Amino acid sequence: MLAIDPEKKLSFTRRISDGDLVIIYERHDSMKAVRVCDGSVLQNRFGVFKHSDWIGKPFGTKVFSNKGGFIYLLAPTPELWTLVLSHRTQILYIADISFVIMYLEIVPGCVVLESGTGSGSLTTSLARAVAPKGHVYTFDFHEQRAASARGDLEKTGLSSLVTVGVRDIQGEGFPDEFAGMVDSVFLDLPQPWLAIPSADIRTFEILLRAYEVREGTMEGCKGDDGVSIGALPRKRRQRSSEGSNVQEFQRSSIAMARPCAEAKGHTGYLTFARLKCS
Amino acid sequence: MAGTNNQIDSVQNPRMTWEGCSVLLDINDGDRLVFARLSAAAKLKIGNKNCSLQPLIGCSFGSVFRVETGIGGPYLSRFNPSSEGNNDKENNGFQSKEESRDNRALVDDNKAQSLTGEDIDAMRREGATGDEIVEALIANSATFEKKTLFSQEKYRIKKQKKYAPKVLLRRPLARSICEAYFKKYPARIGFLRVDTLSLLLSMANVFANSEVLVVDMVGGLLTGAVAERMGGMGHVCSTYAGNAPYPMEIVRIFNFGIDICKSILRSSLDSLSSSKNGTSKQIGEHDDSLSVEGGLKDQTSPVCPEEICDESENGKSNILLEDSLSPVIRSCKSVKAGEKAPEEVVKLWKENGFSSLIVAAPDLDPWSLVKDLLPLLASSATFAIYHQFLQPLATCMHNLQLEKMAIGLQISEPWLREYQVLPSRTHPCMQMSAFGGYILSGTKICNV
Ligand SMILES: C[S@@+](CC[C@H](N)C(=O)[O-])C[C@H]1O[C@@H](n2cnc3c(N)ncnc32)[C@H](O)[C@@H]1O
Repeated sequence: MLAIDPEKKLSFTRRISDGDLVIIYERHDSMKAVRVCDGSVLQNRFGVFKHSDWIGKPFGTKVFSNKGGFIYLLAPTPELWTLVLSHRTQILYIADISFVIMYLEIVPGCVVLESGTGSGSLTTSLARAVAPKGHVYTFDFHEQRAASARGDLEKTGLSSLVTVGVRDIQGEGFPDEFAGMVDSVFLDLPQPWLAIPSADIRTFEILLRAYEVREGTMEGCKGDDGVSIGALPRKRRQRSSEGSNVQEFQRSSIAMARPCAEAKGHTGYLTFARLKCS
Repeated sequence: MAGTNNQIDSVQNPRMTWEGCSVLLDINDGDRLVFARLSAAAKLKIGNKNCSLQPLIGCSFGSVFRVETGIGGPYLSRFNPSSEGNNDKENNGFQSKEESRDNRALVDDNKAQSLTGEDIDAMRREGATGDEIVEALIANSATFEKKTLFSQEKYRIKKQKKYAPKVLLRRPLARSICEAYFKKYPARIGFLRVDTLSLLLSMANVFANSEVLVVDMVGGLLTGAVAERMGGMGHVCSTYAGNAPYPMEIVRIFNFGIDICKSILRSSLDSLSSSKNGTSKQIGEHDDSLSVEGGLKDQTSPVCPEEICDESENGKSNILLEDSLSPVIRSCKSVKAGEKAPEEVVKLWKENGFSSLIVAAPDLDPWSLVKDLLPLLASSATFAIYHQFLQPLATCMHNLQLEKMAIGLQISEPWLREYQVLPSRTHPCMQMSAFGGYILSGTKICNV
């Protein structure tokens, strides 16, 4: 996922090769992760796509099925991964994740502890933040979840940055060997109030409001040609312009934005604290 | 840290201050925020006292200091809050005592305090510490005992701020720098709130070894935040329209070592956009040689720590610690952040494209920028455009859709709310920032 090759810092290849993980993008709300395997096919409502057609193409390419339907092949990022991973638990989403990384002041080279691992949504972003020389030690007491997380990290190519351990963190705390070694700790546990002497405690809630953009002209401006605001302009309900059913728009019309009607009303509370200076 | 020949990082523990390092001083829980460079000569005025910053050198970030008065005058002394415990929110003083008082008996007639100004001055002359004065004020307050625990606490904190001011030594990182500016001078950073900044960095997929293109018209905060995330690996290219690079003075507040400074480059939009063949060079060269002067001048001007304080609180914004520039910093300044990108790097950017783009240009039209910038990105590169106004972003998004330049387009508005957490008194804070701007994010697609 991170395509880290310090040797060729400036020549990151973004061409798809056999064995790569790609994100199949149908629409903004319809994506999935696929491992490219010469000889396999992807089948969806748009038809049959041959993986062999993808190899050698740059990431970000539009590829076609036998029926002329198309999808985009994107390079995986932690943000895309959060949208496509298999939910084994509740997960953190981009707003909380971004804030956590910033507030925990995680930069390359940091050592970070996490528990529970859950579905590894946050873990993936932690790994990106500490790369290439830092490390994330994440613990879940659920053996199977830990194993699945390891599998996912293998898939996303982050396993060298993350160690997944099985341990009851509420019961036993983190292993002693980490004492004094760690830059940041993140807990997403049922009872996170482990005894950590700290100062400067602050609690937040963060949400994202999404906007939809559509084109239209105000009633009366353009006569019959104009699309009124009330009616759904042509066929598009949301901002996904790239569906196979896109029509050409007139450049003269204006873009209008409004908040999407539905949104996540709460994801969680985030509490931050700093270890007291001794 | 990562660097091999990194002067600062190899000899200094970044969690401890050193002579010449940049620090953020948080006075009285955010009432005043001051960026300073530590040196033996540096002084800071707190209340009406001038204190040397010398005692702060070699301490861990996160340490708290109090002003004490010694024989040689006022000085800053390390303070350990746990020995005191009186304003420890997390101790369970609140919980244990059943709250039965209310404020029905309190009369606000200004007669509650029997200590006079002269009494306090006399105590000071006799060498009383700030805390002793606060205790005396409480002991002499006729109403203190009648107050609720909550307002007792408030009273104590108010008096402590005045008579025993506290200085918290903070690491200047993207988080603290952004918060400090947002609190005191939001206009200088285009009202970019810390959660919005954090989203820009995620949405643009910034990490070590990226090649990030930024349009930073927020004083260098964005450039610094990106460089911090990359740890000196890869490059951040600050681009600009026209001939003059945008100022990036905030970058100097970060304690960047040589590697990170070197990873920050700049290049005019013209020289990045010119076609890949030879003719481009002349254009690029030409423009830039003019702008280099301006840019260098900006970079080498003396480090004058920024005073960010509530003017209303105490109108002493004349604290300029210019003489505090230490030899350590001087030698390190031979490597400047924001040098002109070398030809060969520009060439590689042109061949491979940037891996991310972030725009924070409050006064420019997003679409007119993005239509020129997006072609500079590698395909599948992610981008995030910040703007304070919705309409220009909506237009930009619409045009990107029409031109089929990007997918996964989304406009989002972050919303951040802080909570007061106290036993039986947990609720959202009364005051919040109601607006953190809008972000347009998406992924560039292959235009073939
Ligand atoms: C909500 S999930 C974490 C989700 C994760 N933050 C993400 O973004 O994917 C909580 C996890 O904590 C684990 N857990 C609960 N109690 C635990 C304990 N005492 N020790 C370790 N893990 C625990 C659960 O098994 C579960 O996987």
